[in-house]
Amino acid sequence: MSTATTATTKWWNGGKSPFNVEYGKLMMWYFLMSDAFTFGAFLISYGTIRFSTNGWPDPNEVFQSFPGLGSGHPLMFVSLMTFILIISSVTMVQAVKAGHEMKKNKVVINLIWTIIGGAAFLGCQAWEWNHLHAEGAWWGHNPFLNADGTQSSTNFTNYFFTITGFHGFHVFSGLVINIVMLIMTLNNTFEKRGHYLMIEKAGLYWHFVDLVWVFVFTCFYLI
Amino acid sequence: MSNEAVLHGAATSHDAHGDHHHEHHHHETFISKYVFSMDHKMIAKQFLITGMVWAVIGGLMSVLFRLQLGYPDTSFPWLEDLLGKWWAEKGHITAQGYYALVTTHGTVLVFFVLTAGLSGTFANFLIPLQVGARDMASPFMNMLSYWFFFTASVVMLSSIFVETGPFSGGWTAYPPLSALGDASPGSKTGMDLWLVAMALFVVSSLLGGLNYIATILNMRTKGMSMTRLPLTIWALFFTAVLGVLSFPVLLSGFILLIFDRNFGTSFYLSDIFVNGVGALPNEGGSAILFQHLFWFLGHPEVYIILLPAMGMVSEILSVNARKPIFGYMAMIGSLFAISILAFLVWAHHMFVTGLNPFLGSIFVLLTLLIAVPSAIKVFNWLTTLWRGNIRFTPGMLFAIGFVSLFISGGLTGIWLGNSALDIHLHDTYFVIAHFHIVMGVASMFGMFAGVYHWYPKMYGRYLNNTLGYIHFWVTMIGAYLIFWPMHYEGLAGMPRRYYDYSIWESFKNFVELNKFISTVAMIVFATQLLFLLNFFYSIWKGRKVTSQNPWGSNTLEWTAPINPGHGNWPGEIPEVHRWAYDYGKDGREFISQVEPIGADESHH
Repeated sequence: MSTATTATTKWWNGGKSPFNVEYGKLMMWYFLMSDAFTFGAFLISYGTIRFSTNGWPDPNEVFQSFPGLGSGHPLMFVSLMTFILIISSVTMVQAVKAGHEMKKNKVVINLIWTIIGGAAFLGCQAWEWNHLHAEGAWWGHNPFLNADGTQSSTNFTNYFFTITGFHGFHVFSGLVINIVMLIMTLNNTFEKRGHYLMIEKAGLYWHFVDLVWVFVFTCFYLI
Repeated sequence: MSNEAVLHGAATSHDAHGDHHHEHHHHETFISKYVFSMDHKMIAKQFLITGMVWAVIGGLMSVLFRLQLGYPDTSFPWLEDLLGKWWAEKGHITAQGYYALVTTHGTVLVFFVLTAGLSGTFANFLIPLQVGARDMASPFMNMLSYWFFFTASVVMLSSIFVETGPFSGGWTAYPPLSALGDASPGSKTGMDLWLVAMALFVVSSLLGGLNYIATILNMRTKGMSMTRLPLTIWALFFTAVLGVLSFPVLLSGFILLIFDRNFGTSFYLSDIFVNGVGALPNEGGSAILFQHLFWFLGHPEVYIILLPAMGMVSEILSVNARKPIFGYMAMIGSLFAISILAFLVWAHHMFVTGLNPFLGSIFVLLTLLIAVPSAIKVFNWLTTLWRGNIRFTPGMLFAIGFVSLFISGGLTGIWLGNSALDIHLHDTYFVIAHFHIVMGVASMFGMFAGVYHWYPKMYGRYLNNTLGYIHFWVTMIGAYLIFWPMHYEGLAGMPRRYYDYSIWESFKNFVELNKFISTVAMIVFATQLLFLLNFFYSIWKGRKVTSQNPWGSNTLEWTAPINPGHGNWPGEIPEVHRWAYDYGKDGREFISQVEPIGADESHH
């Protein structure tokens, strides 16, 4: 079996995994495809409604506050959030790489950084939600005016809170998964197994959640 | 690479586990064997029997509303005694009861019987046995899949008993009816429970689907290349992919619906006036949006229901015609084509909703394209039967019945796929007739075929043949007698979902016909009870299977012991040397997949 990776190997003839991955990773990829469809459906719904509505608020005017600095900083805070989340993906890559090299301490350190990054992102999101809520925005309530000054549809806030909330829920579950991974690493579970594959699968999920944020960010803050 | 460490580590430990398992049968408690079982065969039986319970409930509901449709003027006082005032007052099914029955019948049959009961049963049972694996890739997730389904079932069942009744806005749950609690009694608590049950169902379907895909791709035994797989496995594979990619969209749609119901949003709502409540403040939403999200699942869903039946029918026809399946690669290709097209035709359910007619014409084209792979399949089945040495077992009869129903129901799909014709036919009994024949009854036939064919493998006993033949003929003739006349009613413009047609002058000529349909429906339902009796009686008292391979079949499940333990094969998993359809080759009746290719064997 260990010499199976030659050019003549018949990968699809049974007795081995055709993609040379164990089943859990295969399932993770299919799950991510499935989840991509969930987010895809949300974002396409959002696009459909937005483009059939006359007028929409200007994100530069809605998202312009920064804690401690007050208002007048369009998209500054969300840029920071996005930066934090992307950096947490970098540390996740480091953790996976360290896992391949069987370096437990490096895995632990990078997982901790990833967890801190994820928690910081969630904290930022909580602050932003809280701030918007204080401004009168919530499901069913939209205090913001359209870019042209006309009355805006509540669907702006409806979609914003639903989709960023759903994404935040994914970040939260990713955070829980990463904490479990950290505990398992500290308990030497992966050392005993001889591999850190679980970290790799958790990493796939984490990167996916990051990638989704890029689309959510684009759709709600940039367009 | 850690990946390889796992691959190789897992392979050895898995085999070791299997062997260990068979050398000393370690103690299994009732709970671990029958309740929280991680054996795919037991989980399959759990899905099957839960599905049967739902089939009885869903079927009984159809009998009740057929009673109303067939005998709208007759009073049945016992109905009120049995069901209470909410459902049946003064011996008549009430209007709210009628809509609740119709809705729950649809939901239950589509999701709980023909999705979970059909692919849940046979994907679980057949995938590991036919690809040559000890169990599913993740037996634990497999167990979770069943228990999520069970929980969904409990929630759905409980919705029938709440004070305001179960959801009653049709199984498609279109808003605004489904979004506004004030719109109808069923849209209150019943709808909340309906949504919770369906969300749990989506989770169950996802856990199951991921497992089926991973098992088929990763766990095939040595020599079992993809093109040696029996067509059942190919069909179940595409079914799982369809489910994994389409159910999440439904989930998104439901999440938005939950917000509309409970949190004051307007995703699907705009400019609405409710009688007794007044104008609603909701602005800017689109009810059509829900239909898009719903049918993006809803259409693949009909193939999720149909493909497992197609796969099993292909296998059963070939085994019992003692001939190789005709056009094996064409069968795979057409399954693939159907799976792709399944995602591209959803808006044909929405031709009359105000959809852009230009968009409609594209969906007409894509919809009619499905006729091509469907016809390929039909002709391949017929050519498999052609000059075969046919054994008319009950399973075979149901498989042939499936082909008949698929043709009859499929042809009317070509009518309905035309957006111009659909203006007349939409929401009439023609649609009811079409989808009940092609999807409902045909898939039930596929399921019956599967149960009769694989029952010996499931329980080590046979079902009673005589009861099986009675079951088949009554159901077959009954199905046509029930649904064929509905085409005429639909062409005459009789709309679906109405509570009482006798008050309409234009439909008075159908009074006797409706009575006839209802009567046949009751007879057919009673015959299904005969099947259930046969099923449960035979588990304990049926004729015992004495040979390992009673049908003379090539596939791997018949190389396992008559009552396989957890792990399926004692000792080594058999290696595969040929495809699954060497019937009647070189003068031999059948050649099992495990038999090596002989030196002087002719090429296939």
